[in-house]
Amino acid sequence: MTQPATQASAPALTREQHLDLYYFMQLNRQLEERMVRLFRQNKIVGGLYSSLGQEAVSVGTCYALEKRDWIAPMIRNIGALLVKGVPPRDIFTQHMAKFTSPTLGKDGTSHFGDLKVRHIVSPISMLGDLIPVMTGVAMAGRYLGQNIVALTWIGDGGSSTGAFHEGLGLAASQRAPFVLIIENNQWAYSTPVSRQVPIQNLADRGAAYGIASVIVDGNDVVAVYQAAKEAVNECRAGRGPRIIEVKTMRMRGHAQHDPAEYVPKEMFDYWKARDPLTLYEKYLTENKIWDAAAKSEIDARIERELDVEQKFAEDSPLPPPELAEEGVYCDGCHKIEADWKRAKSEVTPPKSSIDPTWRLKDLPAYTQAAISGGNGAKNSAAQTQTPVPAPVAASSASPAMQKTTPAATPERAETQPEHLAAGVAAEDPAVPRVPFGRGPKDKAFRQSPENPQNKPAYSRAPKEKSFSRAPQEKSFSKGPRNKSFGKNAQGKPFTKNPQDKQGRR
Amino acid sequence: MSHTAPNLSSKTVPTSGPITMVDAIRQAMFEEMERDPAVVAIGEDIGVYGGAFKVTDGLLAKFGRERVIETPIAETAIIGAACGMSFLGLRPVAEMQFIDFIACCFNQVTNFVAKSHYLWGAPVPMVIRGPSGGGVHGGPFHSANPEMYFVHTPGLKVIYPSTPSDAKGLLKSAIRDNNPVLFFEHKYLYRRLKEEMPPGDYTVPIGKAIVRRPGRDLTIVSYAAMAHTAMEAAVELAKEGIEAEVIDLRTLLPLDKDTILNSVKKTNKLLVVHEDTRTGGIAGEIAALVFEGAFDDLDGPVARVTALDTPVPYSPPLEERFLPNTEKVVAAARELAKY
Repeated sequence: MTQPATQASAPALTREQHLDLYYFMQLNRQLEERMVRLFRQNKIVGGLYSSLGQEAVSVGTCYALEKRDWIAPMIRNIGALLVKGVPPRDIFTQHMAKFTSPTLGKDGTSHFGDLKVRHIVSPISMLGDLIPVMTGVAMAGRYLGQNIVALTWIGDGGSSTGAFHEGLGLAASQRAPFVLIIENNQWAYSTPVSRQVPIQNLADRGAAYGIASVIVDGNDVVAVYQAAKEAVNECRAGRGPRIIEVKTMRMRGHAQHDPAEYVPKEMFDYWKARDPLTLYEKYLTENKIWDAAAKSEIDARIERELDVEQKFAEDSPLPPPELAEEGVYCDGCHKIEADWKRAKSEVTPPKSSIDPTWRLKDLPAYTQAAISGGNGAKNSAAQTQTPVPAPVAASSASPAMQKTTPAATPERAETQPEHLAAGVAAEDPAVPRVPFGRGPKDKAFRQSPENPQNKPAYSRAPKEKSFSRAPQEKSFSKGPRNKSFGKNAQGKPFTKNPQDKQGRR
Repeated sequence: MSHTAPNLSSKTVPTSGPITMVDAIRQAMFEEMERDPAVVAIGEDIGVYGGAFKVTDGLLAKFGRERVIETPIAETAIIGAACGMSFLGLRPVAEMQFIDFIACCFNQVTNFVAKSHYLWGAPVPMVIRGPSGGGVHGGPFHSANPEMYFVHTPGLKVIYPSTPSDAKGLLKSAIRDNNPVLFFEHKYLYRRLKEEMPPGDYTVPIGKAIVRRPGRDLTIVSYAAMAHTAMEAAVELAKEGIEAEVIDLRTLLPLDKDTILNSVKKTNKLLVVHEDTRTGGIAGEIAALVFEGAFDDLDGPVARVTALDTPVPYSPPLEERFLPNTEKVVAAARELAKY
């Protein structure tokens, strides 16, 4: 396990910022505790997913972002939404499927977003899909010159999805300003990490993508904040993407229905002693950042706020049923406009025009092989430079963080395959000729009886039509021609239906 | 339908004279990217190489790597990234190298892209385009017509043009639309016919079918390559005195119900022809529409000529058996005309 951050290594967080972190973590916890009570009163529609014990992850990472940056939360990142400025009433109303919720009741839980003001992308239940989406957000922000960072979270479970892999591959190849927090809470529903992946640290996967990664104690909010801040700064400086693995623990079941009996008791005990809020309160007291008065002032403020917000949600109506039919398409209800922070002329011709060819410098492995003058595949591993920017110097690192840096990735050299180098192989008379050409040899073969294509094609005698009807016998419906059959009052027979014969209408 | 040799090396877009569907789509891409810097292209091999079918040939030279984004072989990443880009107001055009591979990103398309606007009010103004359809012996994984998976997904629009001018006008409409649009390009039609483009910056509206040939005896509804088959069949039928009205749907979702119903009310008979497989093909949906909206006008059962309910087989005689063709359409129309 990693060690908690020490005061010495903490970046210069002001007292106000320290208290902010506490406020958001406590707000997160109190909000969720209220929702558990609402769930037991049957006021929550559907499931309720707890982030108890993971508040430091949501709050610490999101607190490292600026207003212009983008996030996409997972279901256990309510704390991040609060940091982004989402009022608690939105979370209450979402869970209660109210008309006043951000999705008007069309989706629940933390499945909502805000493109214009808070820059939040709504998650979907299929894990991993946010990674390519947020890569796209990061790419678009860079393209528009906005200098933003996009950040999202994935669990230990979600890190096994294909979208995780595809998204990180693209993010790495695009050097996107994208931060991925791998929130390792030890359990994917009922499956422990050790039964999902055979490696100790999910951060180690970063090396395979060429993405620098760190591991941090997810229950130490200052350490989490530090790591996130560093990653965000790196991304903003154009040295993204970054991965942070936070080690934490899901202190409840997958959702309210799940008592998590599969978790060994010792494991709960261990992590309970490391509760992120208790740890942080102790840290604030020991470092004399606050006193009892400050704490009770914040706690009281949270109570007051949540009382108002919860009442608003409980008093809100459910959506009108007709709403179900609305909003499938955007028919001009949204104005779509990019926020350009750079001159458009930079991305339009003639400035955007380039010579569209691959050059040797685009093919480092090949160049390396050429320089070493020998078999590139053997030599390049030792000489190829790591394709990612060098990781931040260890001196600036917090002791709370273990760094895993991508090893100098050996790139495979492109060598000429032997069969190509040898030129066109001589014809082997034992091999039957394949007439792929138009020359005389192929022409002759094509016409010869040896050509399998000349064998009579598989055929059957034309099937006798077994089912035919005389044209005028048919009158199954009410078209004009059918009208000539026994007319009823409206002149509309339906001959197959006895009711029609009697003139149903 | 005039047959012309492929023009693989062309780096410029023809500015006058009749052009192929590939060039018409390229023209639309060039014109839209020039018109609006928010339009970007993303996909596999679309840059230096110009795309597997050269649809994006020349785009990289003109618009640079920031706007012509070459990706790893990762369809989920392509669609996900395009979706993310659209959230910031860009209008990405994502290419599937073959539309068959859209199966790899099915979740991203149907659960993320299609549902965003309905669920949380986030429009996704992106286009997914790619070569589709059989008849070129591409085999089971390069010939599919997977349009109905997406016609069944609320939130998407699905376009499947049959002529170069429609392809250009509809792709422009798709790029300017605020919703995710799937744009199917039938690869059999890519270079087999040429057409003069209407002048200027023209668009073709999404959701409007077109009557390709008026007739009185029966209506043949079709789209994409089969629209041409239907036209050929109509010529054959005319020799026998059967005048078929041919409707080219052009857009499958939203479907132009009025054009279909008005025609059926006139001809009293309906034959639907599509290259998609039979069960769950759009013919079933159109039949239901006609039963709901024009039952009293029908003189015969709704008939359909479709591909077999099998994967697309590879060998030419098998694929011929699989696909609808003019003879099959004529035979079905003849039977229907007897009612």
